[in-house]
Amino acid sequence: MSEQAQHNEHAHHIVSPVVYVIILFSLLVGTALTVWASYVDLGIWNPILAIAIACTKATLVVLFFMHVKYSSKLTMLTVGAGIFMFLTLISMTLADYISRAWGSW
Amino acid sequence: MSDSPTIAQVAPEADHHEHPPYLRHHFESTEQQADAAGFAMWLFLLTEVMFFGGLFTAYLIYRNWYYPAFVAASHQLSIPLGGFNTLLLITSSFTMAMGVWCAETRRKSGLVLCLILTFILGLGFLGVKTVEYREKIEMRHVPGFHFSLQSFTHPDKTNSATKNDLPLADDMARHTELYFSLYFAMTGMHALHMIIGIAILGFMIFRAQAGAYTSGHVTFVENFGLYWHFVDIVWIFLFPLLYLISRH
Repeated sequence: MSEQAQHNEHAHHIVSPVVYVIILFSLLVGTALTVWASYVDLGIWNPILAIAIACTKATLVVLFFMHVKYSSKLTMLTVGAGIFMFLTLISMTLADYISRAWGSW
Repeated sequence: MSDSPTIAQVAPEADHHEHPPYLRHHFESTEQQADAAGFAMWLFLLTEVMFFGGLFTAYLIYRNWYYPAFVAASHQLSIPLGGFNTLLLITSSFTMAMGVWCAETRRKSGLVLCLILTFILGLGFLGVKTVEYREKIEMRHVPGFHFSLQSFTHPDKTNSATKNDLPLADDMARHTELYFSLYFAMTGMHALHMIIGIAILGFMIFRAQAGAYTSGHVTFVENFGLYWHFVDIVWIFLFPLLYLISRH
């Protein structure tokens, strides 16, 4: 019964506009940061930093704009499983390309 | 609950007036209905993740293979235009999120305003994209018969983005066409998603004015919001990968 009540609470959770404004500003700061970082020569770290900032921004969007932080466990599991599957596929593909015929392209 | 035929006949009739009109009969409750719709929307978005993921993977592998060509080709993109578009899209995601909040708290005029703002910001994004595409056409950077290697075999020394570029040999320079193929495939697919989203937004603005989403049934707005935010996330990755990471 209490689980049912908790479940209903999840379905009705309304995210406050204050949270949305904070996320908007975080995303804008992230964008400014990634543009600024692209002009600084960090060598190999340039793409890594850019992707790290992009992942952070995407996580903020998924958790707050897309309400996953306030969603049911089923939604969280679905999103988590999907991202895990995506990362598995991409890393296996890249591992294959990196380890095969190294440098002979 | 009883086996009695009299009750069994009366019960559905009584049920029929207890639930809101938007509750479909194969769901037990509005919560279950909303959960099922949200779950399905996420499954759809995951297929989209896989779809764009394939394009991103192709881009990463070819970038590693033909690194000099990809670096030189990416210098042809405008960071100010790309950055401005990121700004537009992030703000549109915010107005969309506010739209969902307005629907949840039953603010009809607020919802209509948010949807219109999202609509305008989306159109603005496509407008900037058109400017960028037109420049690619003028520079003959669209893959195909008219593709020109001129900018890569003889880099423009007067342009601040390309003044430090070394001229590429013909066999490497021709791989810039691959960069632009992926550029148009990825940004084009993204733009197609935007166009579909904007079309649905137009439909939603009229429905919202009629009060369709502010009477407690917010599933459509909520799930469209998920779609719109997903399109935003794709751009969050496209912008650094296509525009930013090859500036050195």
